[in-house]
Amino acid sequence: MSTLDGKVPHGQPLKDTWTTYKDKVNLVNPANKRNIDIIVVGTGLAGGSAAATLAEQGYNVKAFCYQDSPRRAHSIAAQGGINAAKNYQGDGDSTYRLFYDTVKGGDYRSREANVHRLAEVSTNIIDQCVAQGVPFARDYGGLLDNRSFGGVLVSRTFYAKGQTGQQLLLGAYSAMNRQIARGKIQMFNRHEMLDLVIVDGKARGIIARNLITGEIERHSAHAVVLGTGGYGNVFFLSTNAMGSNTSAAWKAHRRGSYFANPCYTQIHPTCIPRSGDYQSKLTLMSESLRNDGRIWVPARIEDVEAVRNRKLKPTDIPVEHRDYYLERRYPAFGNLVPRDVASRAAKERCDAGFGVNATGEAVYLDFASAIVRYGKEQALLKGESDATDARIKELGKDIVKAKYGNLFDMYKQIADENPYETPMMIYPAVHYTMGGLWVDYNLMTTVEGCYAIGEANFSDHGANRLGASALMQGLADGYFVLPYTIGGYLSNDIRTGKISTETPEFEAAEKEVKERLEGLVNNKGTRSVDYYHKALGIIMWEKCGMSRNEKGLKEAIEEIGALREDFWKNVSVPGGAYELNPQLEKAGRVADFLELGELFAKDALDRNESCGGHFREESVEVGGPQDGEALRDDENYAYVSAWEYTGKPSDAVLHKEQLDFKDIKLTQRSYK
Amino acid sequence: MDNMNLTLKIWRQKGANDKGKMVDYNVADISEHMSFLEMMDVLNEQLVNTGEEPVAFDHDCREGICGSCSMFINGEAHGPVKGTTTCQLHMRSFNDGDTIYIEPFRAKAFPVLKDLVVDRSSFDRIQHSGGFISVNTSGNTQDANATPIPKHDADLAMDAAACIGCGACVATCKNSSAMLFVGAKVSQYALLPQGKVEAKDRAQNMVAQMDAEGFGNCTNTGACEVECPKGISLSNIARMNREFLSGSMG
Repeated sequence: MSTLDGKVPHGQPLKDTWTTYKDKVNLVNPANKRNIDIIVVGTGLAGGSAAATLAEQGYNVKAFCYQDSPRRAHSIAAQGGINAAKNYQGDGDSTYRLFYDTVKGGDYRSREANVHRLAEVSTNIIDQCVAQGVPFARDYGGLLDNRSFGGVLVSRTFYAKGQTGQQLLLGAYSAMNRQIARGKIQMFNRHEMLDLVIVDGKARGIIARNLITGEIERHSAHAVVLGTGGYGNVFFLSTNAMGSNTSAAWKAHRRGSYFANPCYTQIHPTCIPRSGDYQSKLTLMSESLRNDGRIWVPARIEDVEAVRNRKLKPTDIPVEHRDYYLERRYPAFGNLVPRDVASRAAKERCDAGFGVNATGEAVYLDFASAIVRYGKEQALLKGESDATDARIKELGKDIVKAKYGNLFDMYKQIADENPYETPMMIYPAVHYTMGGLWVDYNLMTTVEGCYAIGEANFSDHGANRLGASALMQGLADGYFVLPYTIGGYLSNDIRTGKISTETPEFEAAEKEVKERLEGLVNNKGTRSVDYYHKALGIIMWEKCGMSRNEKGLKEAIEEIGALREDFWKNVSVPGGAYELNPQLEKAGRVADFLELGELFAKDALDRNESCGGHFREESVEVGGPQDGEALRDDENYAYVSAWEYTGKPSDAVLHKEQLDFKDIKLTQRSYK
Repeated sequence: MDNMNLTLKIWRQKGANDKGKMVDYNVADISEHMSFLEMMDVLNEQLVNTGEEPVAFDHDCREGICGSCSMFINGEAHGPVKGTTTCQLHMRSFNDGDTIYIEPFRAKAFPVLKDLVVDRSSFDRIQHSGGFISVNTSGNTQDANATPIPKHDADLAMDAAACIGCGACVATCKNSSAMLFVGAKVSQYALLPQGKVEAKDRAQNMVAQMDAEGFGNCTNTGACEVECPKGISLSNIARMNREFLSGSMG
C-alpha cells in the first residue's frame, strides 16, 4: 500500500488555489495545438463539453460514443436541474456555501480543493449555457428562475422544465456540431472503446469497435479522456440507460488506472417499483415529490395482505392503521431526510414484510394531505369559505398538477394508476455512482495522459451526491477544468509528432481484443448474457445494496467470482464478431461488470464504517438519540480507497489518499 | 387481465445490402405491465435460448427521452398511443391473440442497417450545418441575466427544444419530410436573442443540407405533429419557412 498524492497546489488559501493554478499552468500555443490529437470517449455532459471546448481551442479531437448520435448519451435523462452559486434570489448563496453543502452532503469523503473549484466555476456554466441558447425556465420579468433542491437552504437550482439534462446535453451537442462542421472534431458514432493503448507508460490511443460493421480499429492520440459515465448497471436494474457500462473505465483500470471508492453508490428513494421478473430498467421520479408527498406503509400486516391481493384500497385504510415511518423515526426532517436515509428506511419496512405491491418491494407516496392542504388555502384565497370537501380536493389537485403534472403523467403512463386519486407506489433504485477512476487535481488518472471526467471519476461527490450536482460536475469538468489542466500535460508533447498506430503496443492490444470477441461468439454455451447480468444484479442488490455486512460481502466476493467463471464457460452469444451484434456488445459489458462487482464488494468490505451511500451494519450508533443510525469513522476511514488492478479483482492492491479538511469542520449528520 | 399470447410479424434484414422480409414469431404469457421493449426482450431471450439470432433494435434510456427507439408498430411510428415513444408504450394497449406488425422507420434518408435498426446520421449532418449558436467556451460570456428574455418566448423555445430527434416525423410523413425536426431547431434559436444573429443563415444552411440528404418536402398533412412523441407543433415549420424566405430575399 502506498499513499497517493492528489497534486493539489499548496501555498495559498483554498479559495485562491484554482486561480493561482490557472495563472501558472503551462499553455500550448495555438500553432502547436494543431499538431496535437486528443481522444474523448463518451459524449454526455462531460465528454461532449470537453470535446467541443478542446476542439475550439485548436486541438484535433476524435470523439467516440456507442449511441447512434452523441445527443443520446444518458445525461439526457436528468430531470431536476443544475446547481450554481449565482445567488440570483438574494437568499445568501455564495461559492463558499455551495462548496460547504457539497462537502457536507458527501459525508466528508470528497477532496476539498476539487469541490471548491467546482463551486467556483458553477456560475460560468449558467452564463455559457444561456449564450448557447439553452432555454432555461424564466420568470415573468424575463430573468432566470430557480428552485430549491434536496437538503440545502437556498434556491440555486436552474432548470428547463423536467428536462434539464436534455437541454444541457443538446447545448453541448450543438457546441460539438459547430466543431464537427469545422473539421476539428472527428465524430465516431456507434463505436465502443474496447481497450486503452499505452506506449512508454503513457496513454496514446484506444482500440475501438465499429458497432455497425464489427470492425476493430486503432486510434492514436497524445491524450485520452474518458467521459464514460457511471457503473450503476452492475446492479442490472438501475435508472441508467440500457447501454450504460463500465467497460471503458474498466479497461483503463486494467491498464493501470486506479479505481477509487467503487462501493459508493447512490440509491435513490423515489423510483417506480419493479413490476415483475421481466423488468429491464427502473425509472426515477424526481425527488422534489417528497416536498409534498407523505411516505407510508400499512401498520397492520393483514392490511398489507389485503392491498397486495387488491381486496383493500390504500385509500380505505384509516390513518390510525398507517405507519408514516419517516415521520415516526425522523420527526425533525420527516419525509425530507436525505436520499440514503429515506432509501434504507423503505427497505427496512419492506424487509419486515410491509411492502405494498405484488413483489413486496414498494411503499406509498401519498399526496392526499397535500391536495387537501393546498385546496383549503385556495378556497380561502378565492373567498369560498363554505367549500365542500369535493371542491377543496378539486382546487388542491390543480395546484399539485401545476407543480408535478409531468411527473404524475409519467407515473400514470408506466404504472397505469392515477396518482391524484390513489397513492403512488415507489421503491429505491440504483441511480448514480460516486466512485470511479481515481484522478488527481488535474483530472488525470494514475496512467499518464489518461483523464477521467464527470461521473466516470470519483472526486467531487464524496460518499453521497446532492441533487442537481451531477450536471454541474459534468459540465464543470468538460467546459472549464479539463481544457486548462490538460494543457499543462500536453505542453510537453509539442515535439512528439503524430503517434503511430503501427506499433507493437497497438498490435498487441488489438490482438487481445479480437481474441476476446472471438472467444465470446465461439463459446456456444447454453446461457444468455442476460441470465448472467440478472444473476449478478441479484447478488449486488442483496449483498452490496442499501445495507452491507461483513458476512454478506465475503459471500458476494465468492459468488461473483464463481459466476464469472461460469460465464466464461457457458455463455451463449449468437451471431458473429465482425457484424452488427447487440448481444456481443452486451456480453463484453457484462464480462466487465462481473469483474467490477467483485472489486465493489471488496471495497465495501474494507470500509468498515457507514458514510453516505455506504451503510455497514457493523457501524451504527448505539444508544442515545441517534440509536441505529449510520456511524462514520473519521479517525480510521477519512481516506479515498484507490485500487490497483493485479489480475483477480479481489486481489487488487489498496492505495490510500488521505483526505485533509482545512476549511471545513467535520460533523455528524443528524436528521432526528 | 390475464397474460397475453401474441403473434409478431417482424421485419428481419441481415445487413444494409441484404433483402429483408417479414417473419412470424409467437410470444406467450406477456404481462400487460410490460413495456413494449420488455416484450421484445422476452422474444430475444427466447431466440437466444433456441440458438436463433435475436432481433436487433435501437433503444437506450427506456424513459422516452434519448430518442433511440424507433419502431413502426401496426403502421404507426412508436405504436398506437399518442405522445409516447416505443419504450414507454405498454402491453396493456394490446389484447390477447393480437397480431402485431413491427417494422423499422422507413425513409430514403434512414437506410436500414439491420432488422429494425436504421441509420439516422442524416439528422446529425443537418445539425452540423447550422444547429448551433457560434459562441466559444470562455467562461466569461456576459452574465446569464444580462439579457432578459420574455417568458413567452423562452417557453416557446423550450417547447421546440423538446424534440428528441427520433425521426418519427420522417417515418410518418408520406414525403419523408424532416421539416418538423429542422423547424424545431431553427425555431428554438430564432426565438432567443442569442440565436437571432445567425437565424437567417441557419435556416438556409439547414434546409440545404436537409434537401441534400434526400428528405422530401412538406405538403402540410400534419401527420408529423400527430405522431410526434413530444408534441412538437407544426407552427415550427411555419417559423422555419419565414426565416428561410427572409434569408432568401437577402
